[in-house]
Amino acid sequence: MSDGGMRFVEEYRDPALGRALAGEILAAVEPGRHYKLMEVCGGHTHSIYKYGVDDLLPQNVELVHGPGCPVCVIPMGRVDDGIAIAREPGVLFTCFGDMMRVPGADGSLLDAKAEGADVRMVYSPLDALRIARENPDREVVFFAIGFETTAPSTALTLKRAKAEGIGNFSVMCNHVLIVPPLRALLESPDLRLDGFVGPGHVSTVVGARPFDFIPADYGKPIVIAGFEPLDILHAIRMLLAQLADGRCEVENQYTRVVPWEGNPRALEVMAEVFALRPHFEWRGLGFISQSALRLSDDYADLDAEQRFPVPGVRVADPKACQCGEVLKGVIKPYECKVFGTACTPERPIGTCMVSSEGACAAYYNYGRFAREREVV
Amino acid sequence: MSTVSEREQKVLDMIETARAKRARFRDPRITMAHGAGGKATQTLIEGLLAPAFSSPALDVMGDAGLVSASGADLALTTDSFVVTPIRFPGGSIGELAVNGTVNDLAVAGARPLAMTLAMVLEEGLSSEDLGAEVRAIAGAAREAGVEIVAGDTKVVERGHADSMYLTTTGLGLRDPRASLSPDALRPGDHLLVSGPVGAHGMAIMLARGEFELGGSIESDTRSLWPMVDALLDAAGEDLRCLRDATRGGVASVLNELARASGVAMIVREAAVPVAPAVRGASEILGIDPLYVANEGVLVAAVAPEAAEAALAAMRAAPGGDGAAEIGVVRTDPPGMVLVETAFGGKRVMDQLVGDPLPRIC
Repeated sequence: MSDGGMRFVEEYRDPALGRALAGEILAAVEPGRHYKLMEVCGGHTHSIYKYGVDDLLPQNVELVHGPGCPVCVIPMGRVDDGIAIAREPGVLFTCFGDMMRVPGADGSLLDAKAEGADVRMVYSPLDALRIARENPDREVVFFAIGFETTAPSTALTLKRAKAEGIGNFSVMCNHVLIVPPLRALLESPDLRLDGFVGPGHVSTVVGARPFDFIPADYGKPIVIAGFEPLDILHAIRMLLAQLADGRCEVENQYTRVVPWEGNPRALEVMAEVFALRPHFEWRGLGFISQSALRLSDDYADLDAEQRFPVPGVRVADPKACQCGEVLKGVIKPYECKVFGTACTPERPIGTCMVSSEGACAAYYNYGRFAREREVV
Repeated sequence: MSTVSEREQKVLDMIETARAKRARFRDPRITMAHGAGGKATQTLIEGLLAPAFSSPALDVMGDAGLVSASGADLALTTDSFVVTPIRFPGGSIGELAVNGTVNDLAVAGARPLAMTLAMVLEEGLSSEDLGAEVRAIAGAAREAGVEIVAGDTKVVERGHADSMYLTTTGLGLRDPRASLSPDALRPGDHLLVSGPVGAHGMAIMLARGEFELGGSIESDTRSLWPMVDALLDAAGEDLRCLRDATRGGVASVLNELARASGVAMIVREAAVPVAPAVRGASEILGIDPLYVANEGVLVAAVAPEAAEAALAAMRAAPGGDGAAEIGVVRTDPPGMVLVETAFGGKRVMDQLVGDPLPRIC
């Protein structure tokens, strides 16, 4: 690194500590046993490839990428609904950057922008609210995505919009919950996992308790982990220790950020602003009941889906696309039939190739080369 | 994790075959991605423009075209500037317009001689703003030692341009010491950058005020000719190729060179110079500074025997005190840039796909 480091960041990227942890992991694995661990969160997938964390793991520890990528799980029909709103006269449509490139049935939001829709990238829902304040003659819509990690900031933005009486602001809510897809995954017969690297950011909000069902009902250990490379290695070592000891628990590696009980105030705000949808379609995973949020009745007047006509048409995923299997960890990105040839980051078919947290994009952008590894 | 399986290797080979093909331009319309300097830009250039205008001078795909007339070896280049906001910490659109074109000549191994200036002005632009930019252009030209020898002015209705767009065309005299070419890289060559990366793009991004991030990041816009002059003195024919790392940053330049020369590159992440403020902002925004634009940083590929002298020359030149050697050229995998992460792993450093920073130059 250059002169002057970033305190409290670079400490978690120390290569010497990484090698030490890698040594401990190597010492903890049983020779001849294959370990299959799922990192739930797309943020972990990104870090693993970005820092080359898997280069430090022994050959028999395999990381499987999970469903926790907010952009990846958005189905095509929802993109089309967003584009329909963006094309309404007077609408100024805002969303996160990655979302703009996700293909719907007929192009992406980026294409809609090139065709004349006013689509703008924002970094937070509060930016969208600011744009609404500055453009009182426009209808500003925020396309909200994400798990419990980002839902509280959307909720706070909606509270503020209501309090300030900003009438030209609304939200198209696509917030989803982390537990239902994990349960669906664990119910699926075609997956064999030894344990989970648990989602760090989500857990800052929901805490560790919601994951109790993973050891209790399915007999798998889970360690909630931070996003720096040392966090991930540390969590893997903790998982291997549980497996070696025959323990099966929820453990928290990310104690510097994640309190066991989560963030009660964030959960309170979410409970006020959102209500459970009876069911929601997940890209590649199909409909999962009680897996997503809509705006509560008190906030219905800020709900973009009520304010504007949306087609609400379910669009089947492209036949060739295997995002569903990738999101479930059933196949590796390169095992998808269209990976890297018909489906590339510049011309994606599936969502996993769009988001920087998507397993396919992470593998394509960072991991796509023949690596020589030590054989254990 | 496992070593690469047969199946994975097959897929990797298929991808590289697909990528090695000349890009076809099939997009129904232009999106902002076509202007971002990444893969979409490459597709537009290789798939539409280069085939239409093919000529020996253009096909080299250098930063400037080389033309010989009556015994004079000349270099010719042109560039448009649409940056918003037009003034930002460390510079303005006027300085960029001069330095950008001067630098395209410089990295082609040509001493800048003269340039033309075309201005598209938006109705309603204040004369004060225009005057300030005219003075900035004159000042930068004087400093770079080029004359503005012709020009053009157009005005469009309010809303049809954003304050002002500038186009400069530069003429340079090719230096006899230089034998630079993007396909000249050989395994064993050393890769140098002339200073800390990412300052210009990050300065623009913060100047837009979209992130409410404070900080004192200044654009690095400057003429690179004095540095190129010093490099040619120090390394001469051992200098394989130079590129100014503008749109798409150092990562994009390295990818272009790796492709053109059919070589691999290994970049040591820990050796890449990044100013602490740029590193901090990049971390917060989730952007890799290697992909962020520079307006006063060049990348040099140098034969191993001249690498030390080249680095010393860079460091002694204006704006070069932060120069560093960041990696080496290898044989395999051809056309690919790999990074040894500071953490001790390895990954690909690919071309940019999305558009994190629209209208930076």
